[in-house]
Amino acid sequence: MTDQPPPLRIVLAKLGLDGHDRGLKVVARILRDAGMEVIYLGLRQTTDSIVAAAEQEDADAIGLSMHNAGHMTLGPNMVKALADADLPIPVIIGGIVPDEDVAPLLEAGVAAVLGPGASAEEVANTVRNAVSAAV
Amino acid sequence: MSRANRSVEELYGEAKGGRRLALGRLLTMVERGGVDAESIGELANPDVGKAHIVGITGAPGAGKSTLTGQLVALLTVAGRRPAVLAVDPSSPLTGGAILGDRIRMDDIGGGSSSSESAAGAGSARPETAFIRSMATRGHSGGLALAVPLAVRLFDAMGYDPVIIETVGVGQVEVDVVGAADTAVVVVTPGMGDAVQANKAGLLEVADVFVVNKADRPGANDVRRDLELMLDLSHVTGQEEVGGHRPPIVMSTALDGTGADSVWAAVEEHLLFLNDSGRRLDRRHHRIRTEIRALMEQALGRRIDDAMNSTMGIDLVAQVEDGSRSPTAASAQLLDRLLGPQ
Ligand SMILES: Nc1nc2c(ncn2[C@@H]2O[C@H](COP(=O)(O)OP(=O)(O)OP(=O)(O)O)[C@@H](O)[C@H]2O)c(=O)[nH]1
Ligand SMILES: [Mg+2]
Repeated sequence: MTDQPPPLRIVLAKLGLDGHDRGLKVVARILRDAGMEVIYLGLRQTTDSIVAAAEQEDADAIGLSMHNAGHMTLGPNMVKALADADLPIPVIIGGIVPDEDVAPLLEAGVAAVLGPGASAEEVANTVRNAVSAAV
Repeated sequence: MSRANRSVEELYGEAKGGRRLALGRLLTMVERGGVDAESIGELANPDVGKAHIVGITGAPGAGKSTLTGQLVALLTVAGRRPAVLAVDPSSPLTGGAILGDRIRMDDIGGGSSSSESAAGAGSARPETAFIRSMATRGHSGGLALAVPLAVRLFDAMGYDPVIIETVGVGQVEVDVVGAADTAVVVVTPGMGDAVQANKAGLLEVADVFVVNKADRPGANDVRRDLELMLDLSHVTGQEEVGGHRPPIVMSTALDGTGADSVWAAVEEHLLFLNDSGRRLDRRHHRIRTEIRALMEQALGRRIDDAMNSTMGIDLVAQVEDGSRSPTAASAQLLDRLLGPQ
């Protein structure tokens, strides 16, 4: 019927206890408008709950929103949890991440970091590129 | 586990062994259709036929996912292994979708999260509920094929019950729920919800009614509206067709009040189906529908081919220049496709 490639499936979540999910909802809209299927988990997720959702939903990538300082532990924890589950899909972190933290996060296996100023196009392209790089 | 290197057979075996990711992959193949989906259908065939298939439908925002989360939570506590297929519409503009049912189910703790992590790591963690979100992807008939096959796959993997959530708007979605063993229709107070459900054709398929958001004013009015409609179908003899007057159950899914009564009504309906022999009728209907949908898909492909053949292109041109009618053109193509009727 259609010869288009199947849509990418992206799990979006916020790890830990902090805050609101407004930013994450904006990202969800951006990815949907870019033709992706967003499995929206929202707030208060754990690495285990995200891994379980990613497995059941056969996700192509995971987008994590972070606004408190937890990214330096939570980001690598997520990468490790996926590796432990033998689930080689990219993790993209969005939110407020100081410049000097970006390199160590990438070093720890995070596929990409998106700042709050990223345009819709940048967000969608970053996700697409992270997925193609991981295949 | 990299994407490309597992055959359908290997994935099926791993999924049977309890590997969630393998089942996740198989479900993706089911969604995409084509030869892999066909092989999955063949592999699953000997293993199906045990699960209680429950459809949950109702207007957007009625509380279907929240209620499903409550049901899943009480089922897993009772030692059952439920699977959920949550169907959400895709954007007709971009084909993308935000699948937001899972968040309500996980919120209640019935979903994927906490219960499993306690069981420890490893590839075959024992699991309780399996929740899968599916976008309609706007493809004609896609849902009509993917949903029954996904349900068969869950059934073959030993999940029971298999719960399908759909928004009760499109005909395909109403059909999907109507093909379940037990169809649960969720209505809420306000805005003539019962009347809307009636218009959408949901009342005919309902085996159990849930008035959700019973914490809100007007819940008893909805209940009364439903009772009146059911009395009416009693008078017209429509009820006889189903052989069962659907019970109306009050629920506040937000805190789980009434979820046990909802499930009790669902189980009672299954008993009724089994005792009356009607479960076989449902199955018969489901099988017919599924075969039909498969035939429609296969025929659709052949029709596309015929339209694009030299003959098809010529006939379109002839209709364009007025030398032939569309009816005659279609009859000629059909003769070519199927032989003279
Ligand atoms: N007051 C009240 N709100 C409820 C109840 N059940 C669900 N809700 C709320 O209603 C909203 C919609 O709930 P969902 O479970 O997502 O409804 P749904 O029918 O699955 O929605 P769609 O899948 O989008 O059609 C959420 O904000 C719920 O918290 C209830 O019993 N009482
Ligand atoms: Mg829902």
